[in-house]
Amino acid sequence: MIDVRTPDSFEWRFVLVAMGILAVGVLSIYSVSSGPASGGHVPLYAKQLVWILIGTLAFLTAVAIDYHKLARHAYVLYGAMLLLLALVLVMGRSTRGAQRWFALGPFAFQPSEVAKLVLVLVLAKYFADVQRSGWIQRVIVPGLLMLPGLILILKQPDLGTAMSFTFIFVSMVLVGGLHTKALGMGILFTSMLFPFVWELIWTSLHDYQRERILTFWDPMIDPAGKGYHALQARIAIGSGGLLGKGLDEATQSRLKFLPEGHTDFVFAVFAEQWGFIGVLVLFALFAALIFLAAEIAFKAKDPLGLLLAAGMLSMLGFCLMVNVGMTMGIFPIVGIPLPLMSYGGTTTVTSMAALGLLLNVKRRRLTLFY
Amino acid sequence: MSKFTTQHEDFKNLQRRLLYLRMGLLIGLLLLSARLWYLQVVKGTYYRALSEQNRVRTVALKPARGLIFDRHGELLANNIPSFNLYLTVEDIRDKDSLAAALEDLIGLPRDETKKRLAQQAKSYVPILLKAALTLREAALIEGHRLDLTGLQIQAESQRYYLHGPLASHLLGYVGEVSPEQLEEPAFEGLVPGSIVGKAGVEKTYDRVIRGTPGEKTIEVDARGNEQRTVEIVEQTPGNDLYLSIDLPLQRLAASLLGEESGAVVALDPTDGDVLAMVSSPAFDPNVLSRGLSPAIWEQIASDQRHPLTNRALQGQYPPGSTFKIIVASAALESDKWSADTKVRCTGTFPSGNHVFRDWKKGGHGVMDMYQAIVQSCDVYFYNVGHRLGIDTIAEMARLFGLGQPTGIELPSERIGIVPSTEWKQRVRQEQWYAGETISAAIGQGYVSVTPLQMAVATAAVANDGTLYKPRLVRAIRERTTSRLQEMPPQDRGTIPLKDQTFALLHESLRGVVTSGTGGRARSKMVEIAGKTGTAQTVGARPSQTGTSHEALPKQFRDHAWFVAYAPAEDPKIAVAVIVEHMGHGGTFAAPIAKALIEEYLKTLETDDRRQNTGQL
Repeated sequence: MIDVRTPDSFEWRFVLVAMGILAVGVLSIYSVSSGPASGGHVPLYAKQLVWILIGTLAFLTAVAIDYHKLARHAYVLYGAMLLLLALVLVMGRSTRGAQRWFALGPFAFQPSEVAKLVLVLVLAKYFADVQRSGWIQRVIVPGLLMLPGLILILKQPDLGTAMSFTFIFVSMVLVGGLHTKALGMGILFTSMLFPFVWELIWTSLHDYQRERILTFWDPMIDPAGKGYHALQARIAIGSGGLLGKGLDEATQSRLKFLPEGHTDFVFAVFAEQWGFIGVLVLFALFAALIFLAAEIAFKAKDPLGLLLAAGMLSMLGFCLMVNVGMTMGIFPIVGIPLPLMSYGGTTTVTSMAALGLLLNVKRRRLTLFY
Repeated sequence: MSKFTTQHEDFKNLQRRLLYLRMGLLIGLLLLSARLWYLQVVKGTYYRALSEQNRVRTVALKPARGLIFDRHGELLANNIPSFNLYLTVEDIRDKDSLAAALEDLIGLPRDETKKRLAQQAKSYVPILLKAALTLREAALIEGHRLDLTGLQIQAESQRYYLHGPLASHLLGYVGEVSPEQLEEPAFEGLVPGSIVGKAGVEKTYDRVIRGTPGEKTIEVDARGNEQRTVEIVEQTPGNDLYLSIDLPLQRLAASLLGEESGAVVALDPTDGDVLAMVSSPAFDPNVLSRGLSPAIWEQIASDQRHPLTNRALQGQYPPGSTFKIIVASAALESDKWSADTKVRCTGTFPSGNHVFRDWKKGGHGVMDMYQAIVQSCDVYFYNVGHRLGIDTIAEMARLFGLGQPTGIELPSERIGIVPSTEWKQRVRQEQWYAGETISAAIGQGYVSVTPLQMAVATAAVANDGTLYKPRLVRAIRERTTSRLQEMPPQDRGTIPLKDQTFALLHESLRGVVTSGTGGRARSKMVEIAGKTGTAQTVGARPSQTGTSHEALPKQFRDHAWFVAYAPAEDPKIAVAVIVEHMGHGGTFAAPIAKALIEEYLKTLETDDRRQNTGQL
């Protein structure tokens, strides 16, 4: 069933906030790719604009198709997803020791990003349908549902996505299944606070131990520099100061001291250019998005909608926390992009599709029957 | 243990848990903001400084060294462009693979590269890995620039000595300033890696010809590539030197010495100009200036013939019979002896329980001072020494500038030894024995001099007593103003001898060449005055009697001396020649002096003629 109503004011706010964040992302990518030695014939920001265009299509599609209809095909979709994840291990393009991408002509498609979306869908469907009692149904069965995907992702290896995967699972179990409020709250808080607790453990380790842990977890972590990324990101953020350096004087990103400035470290680029005040504005945008998404979930008409929206929220929220946390040096560097800001086709399209699903839930809350 | 619901909880319950998720995310954002506050506001200036340090790099602009010319404006040393390979340790990503790549590309030993990397304390100061790359090497490295971060090829000027080893001791060579030197005030304002003079006039006049380095502040990207210039302070090239050296004469002197070890010094007795100064064997300053590998250093340092030693002012030899000029002067100035004092030479002179011999078996017969000098009669001078005593001779030797530096502007001049009773007491804590005076009287025993000292003393005889400080640099041209600053001749005083003494010296030294031991210096062109000498290689010889000189192994043979000036009536050039292990001075050293004198006077004549016609 295609929904063709004109957007109301809530929807406008939601879209505007998302567009604001996307625009900030494009600007940051522009600032690092316009400088000298950017390479390539098509500038990255232009490519990103194309991705956003494709993302808009995905967004509109995700809004249009009723989520109940989607949920009916959840298990099939999930099965197809697992097949793709298995296929990428065999046929995927191997870059820097990891096999994560399908090469589709000039594009690269990363199935594990989409897998997160499908996981939310399948878990929402499961928890909405399950009627029986017992922790087997509440934790073990969904756990078994999630596990093959997790293993296939770890096999690539892609630590960042695997962590997102796990987090989505845990938060959906907590929202959808667990009874004891105190415990649920405790676990939720623990996982939220994990980055900060982590820092305490982390700083107490010897250098070589950290290095060993990092390379064990993710061999992709900067094979040459040993903390070069983390240090340069911290210098970039810190040197931004209260008001930022502006686009031209942001030397860390413009002169490429900061590696991966357009992808995983795009936040550091923004923080160097716009400073503390600028980042607060950005955080306000993200906070607004969290509020709006939570409101959608809160006002969903059925458990499926609520769980679906909560899953999207935790997926986007987790990526936000971990990405910003790692650029600030309070979390080990794992390859998690910043939703709606980092350059990249799959991540942009997936994030926008997630927003579309959120809006989908919102739109269906008034039509109880169809 | 936790309990799970049997059914879906009611919707309210789900919604409440949702709020925890939202709260968790918002608290996360707050904590991130707190961290952000710490990084950007609390530590903002610290990280700002770090980012500046990342971005800005200062590059020293090396000035071109001043040029060096001979007395006729002939170029001796200039600067040529050269590709030098630099490495900034900070920019290296992988030291091992870099060292390996350098070995593959330009044959730089891997271990040596790593050692140099480890030595460098300041990681952002570029170190010179290899100077004077060939075009091929430069191209190879440029081709691998993207893999080899931290490497940089700089086109810089390299010191070049146009005549190779010729005058190498005099010019010296250049090299990187050492860490110890950087602490000294004379090297203030220099950065590590600056080029300074290491020997010769390059060293003594370093501050004059060094120039002032400039400084370029540049912005670099993460690969160390220059992005733009922030600030530039231009360098000032060094001033030019005009030496007193006559290049053709220098070349002739070097070729006359050939493969033999020895030294030649030619001075202008009218102003102390050093016309030629050769020490053999020589070295190639171009090789030394390029920065030496330890292997080549080892080879040079262990060379038995010591090519780096400037024998003209660092070689200390017994003066042999050339010392008789001084002993004769001492005798004529004293009231104990006169020109007419006669001695019968029988070939021997007994002193205590030792018998001193004349070089001529059977002796010279009856001799006066003139004949004794002409025939270089040892017995005559044994008698003089015996009569005068060592201290009178030492006093005269010091008046002639022996036992003290000539003051030439070259590093590490040696002063030789003028022995006296006081000297022996001071240095050896022993009293002087009368027998030691006897050998000192013919320039053996403790007496030692440098060829330069003998040249200065000979010039002083030639000009009737003015002891000049040898002048090596005639003028300095300031680069900024093009002003030529002349260096006036400097004398170190006058030797207060009576006119008759000088007259007798002139007469007898002329006699040495016309009818005495220095006959091989006789010239058809000009009248030369001179004195032969034979410096015994003391103590080294296995047995003294019965063996002919030629039969001895070369390292035990005597050194050949000849000092001379010409034209005898109006001296224009004074020469001191020593050839190691060549035996009697008259045989080998005298012809060298003669050839030099003839050549020099010939060019003087043509110069005069040229000047005269020019004036017409």
